[in-house]
Amino acid sequence: MNAPRVLIDGWVVAQRNLIKIKRVPEILVFVLISPIMFVVLFAYVFGGAIDAGPGLNYREFLIAGIFAQTVVFGATFTGASLAEDMQKGFIDRFRSLPMSRSAVLVGRTGSDIVYNVISLVVMALTGLLVGWRARGSFLDSVSAFLLLIVFAYAISWVMAYIGLIVPSVDVINNASFMVIMPLTFVSNAFVPLETFPSALQTFAEWNPVSTVTQAVRELFGNVPDGFVAPDAWSLQHPVVYTLIWVGIIVIVFVPLSVRQYVRASAK
Amino acid sequence: MANMIQARGLVKRFGKVTALDGLDLDVPEGSVLGLLGPNGAGKTTAVKILTTLLTADAGQAMVAGIDVREDPQGVRGKIGLSGQFAAVDEYLTGYENLRMVGRLYRLSAKEAGVRARELLERFGLDDAADRPSKTYSGGMRRRLDLAGALVANPPVLVLDEPTTGLDPRSRQQMWDVIEELVSGGTTLLLTTQYLEEADMLADDIIVIDHGRAIAQGTSDELKSQFGQERIDVVVADAHDAAAAARIVNTVAFGTVTVKDRSISAAISGDGASHLVEVGKAILDARISILDLGMRRPTLDDVFLTLTGETVSDSEDVA
Ligand SMILES: Nc1ncnc2c1ncn2[C@@H]1O[C@H](COP(=O)(O)OP(=O)(O)O)[C@@H](O)[C@H]1O
Ligand SMILES: [Mg+2]
Repeated sequence: MNAPRVLIDGWVVAQRNLIKIKRVPEILVFVLISPIMFVVLFAYVFGGAIDAGPGLNYREFLIAGIFAQTVVFGATFTGASLAEDMQKGFIDRFRSLPMSRSAVLVGRTGSDIVYNVISLVVMALTGLLVGWRARGSFLDSVSAFLLLIVFAYAISWVMAYIGLIVPSVDVINNASFMVIMPLTFVSNAFVPLETFPSALQTFAEWNPVSTVTQAVRELFGNVPDGFVAPDAWSLQHPVVYTLIWVGIIVIVFVPLSVRQYVRASAK
Repeated sequence: MANMIQARGLVKRFGKVTALDGLDLDVPEGSVLGLLGPNGAGKTTAVKILTTLLTADAGQAMVAGIDVREDPQGVRGKIGLSGQFAAVDEYLTGYENLRMVGRLYRLSAKEAGVRARELLERFGLDDAADRPSKTYSGGMRRRLDLAGALVANPPVLVLDEPTTGLDPRSRQQMWDVIEELVSGGTTLLLTTQYLEEADMLADDIIVIDHGRAIAQGTSDELKSQFGQERIDVVVADAHDAAAAARIVNTVAFGTVTVKDRSISAAISGDGASHLVEVGKAILDARISILDLGMRRPTLDDVFLTLTGETVSDSEDVA
């Protein structure tokens, strides 16, 4: 399996996925509705009750969290698509071809980057509408978006694995929500960490969703006046800590998913 | 002639279920083997092992001279598979589907495009080529899926129940396409639940049940061994039943059964000419009838003879 082959085959598979987004834009609509609802819900319903810190509007605080949540939720699309392909016998067709063994997954996770970029754009626009602003430098903002995309890519591989092990498409949403819900809600995405009881607070401090949120929040300059990073090392070095997680996830889940793909077969 | 597909003692278990229980098969180059069996017999499992989608728990299989276990990627370059459920992407057009498969068989973008158009035309899909395949009928999807298996002109073709679920017209179209392929010398392994289909397309038939071959031979051999054609006559007036039965008896093989106005008997040899004979004799005797027909043996008849159980009994067990 030489590198160019993976990329050529992966590109062919990615093209197929992209055509699908073009032909069925509803896919995007449905997946984007929930983060937009979250913005509205948190910004206007719970927002008044949550104190984001001195000199900081809650909505400004919230958007970084919604960004993180959007890409994590968006990754379920990877798993759902693979589970569907498997159920429809499409994976079997791919597996009977003399193509690269990892190309279907490389193509899938690769094309889902496009999907994530589109959802980040929509979320950024929604954020701007409710009063969010990026206050850091242009380069900081670019870094923030890149970090979100790299993080999303890693989570995509986790979801790819889940998509390949679930017995049917019906189960995939529940299976991935079991992973996603605690990760996104026991984090600083929606509320400041100080509000958690101490055991949960430790989990939240080391939760990569918290650190990616923290990194993005700082890069966008959405932090309160006189902001001091919390004690946890993870939150003092959120970019590095997040990238370490990205590395670990990729090292573990890429081979795991490829192995599962090679074995998996539609019922 | 060398065997393009050869399997010995294939065993595959899924937990407690033994899907294949020592299956052997040989498909000589340029011939067609029909793997005939009811739902759950192990047909798809056999297909998956031969096409490298599953590995057998025991036994050996060679496809185009390559061991499926040792060099699966080599086997994939030699086979075309059309699985039990058409694996076409409904949001892609027919053209895009085939072009994608061509690219994955390592054709260049241009070659893949040309090949896709060629196949679409050959399968009567050129009018629908640039429509998302979601708009295709079941028969069209099936043909598109089959076209996908042919993109790389593979020497070995494997079709898993290619006509299950199709209406009679689509089935006939599919048969025509397959017959044309076969006359071009492709080696084909075909699975089916219809004796009629195996009869029409296959040189050799293996009947499987519970993962084991329970009979093997040409279609004629199987039919003369395991299921005869029958003649059924229904007379208008029950008083004529005895006379009609005497006529049927002249061509019958075994006993003639009479029940009210219905007469039925197994026949052997050339069924059609027997039917004409009986019809003529009935006409001469001025017996008025409601129905006269010949019934071909079905998988059910073969099964009944082989196992003493009907196909649905067997399915229940599986
Ligand atoms: N992935 C699987 N897990 C568990 N049992 C299976 C699996 N695939 C097939 N089987 C079982 O193996 C037997 C043979 O199935 P299959 O090969 O699909 O039969 P056929 O194609 O002739 O209908 C059946 O009893 C089926 O339920
Ligand atoms: Mg089957």
